[in-house]
Amino acid sequence: MKEISLHILDLVQNSIRAEATRIGVYISEDTLKDTLSVTIEDNGCGMTPEVAHTVQNPFVTSRTTRRVGLGVPLFAAGCEHCDGSFNLNSEQGKGTTLTGSYRHSHIDRPPLGDIADTMLILIGGNPAIRFCYRHSVNAQEYELDTGQVQQLLGEVPLDSPEVIAFLQDFLKNNESELYGGIEQ
Amino acid sequence: MKTLQELDAIRQKTLNELNLRKNNEDNVRVVVGLATCGIAAGARPVMTAFVEEINKRSLNNVTVSQTGCIGLCRLEPIVEVFTPGAEKVTYCKVKPEQVARIVSEHIVNGNPVVEYSIGSYE
Repeated sequence: MKEISLHILDLVQNSIRAEATRIGVYISEDTLKDTLSVTIEDNGCGMTPEVAHTVQNPFVTSRTTRRVGLGVPLFAAGCEHCDGSFNLNSEQGKGTTLTGSYRHSHIDRPPLGDIADTMLILIGGNPAIRFCYRHSVNAQEYELDTGQVQQLLGEVPLDSPEVIAFLQDFLKNNESELYGGIEQ
Repeated sequence: MKTLQELDAIRQKTLNELNLRKNNEDNVRVVVGLATCGIAAGARPVMTAFVEEINKRSLNNVTVSQTGCIGLCRLEPIVEVFTPGAEKVTYCKVKPEQVARIVSEHIVNGNPVVEYSIGSYE
């Protein structure tokens, strides 16, 4: 994967398959502590401790882990190669939370990439799921909660073209403002 | 900072057009493979290109959706187009530049772009 945002797009697919109705995507960049961390939190079906333990091993191919595959190991290895860490907590029936972090200034750290596109595809493709997205860069931060958007929209569907066009504008604008108005 | 306030205006505007979109019978479905293999091969820009092209042409009867891995990882990004009453067409190794042609020739005019399809690749 060339971008961290592509990992996020991939990892959230696991949450969708776990039948989550609420998925949180949190990105936090701190240039003083020199970290970039990504947290994905869902309320899906979760995993048993045995399965949760094996998802980081790409060579385990039992029926239970088949649906996990390479997504998690690729992400975890990327984090660890950049002086970061990876952590996964899962409870059956409650959901899964995973966090990966990188050393922000590590030369091999992939760029965050087009996170606005990732979120748009996730929101547009899964309008029934409530996505809570938050991105912070040092003291600056913004968030988008599609539950709140849906409330404002009433009966207009979240995936109508006008709404998607607005969300695209909203995400792209706020992302660039996080970096002082510079297109990433 | 952009805020969500503008959504109210969008709601008012879109509400009138809502009923126009509910004709599900002759819906065309575009399905993009978005598993690890697809994403790594570049499926995200392809998906974005489809959504943008379809919105640009206001094709109300077309839905773009995502699916997992269909087992042909070496041919990703894979896009399947389901048209009611016609055979499914599978496109492989799709690039964002090819999307406009697939939309205009296949989805709008009903002529699949044979040279991009999996049949002519294999």
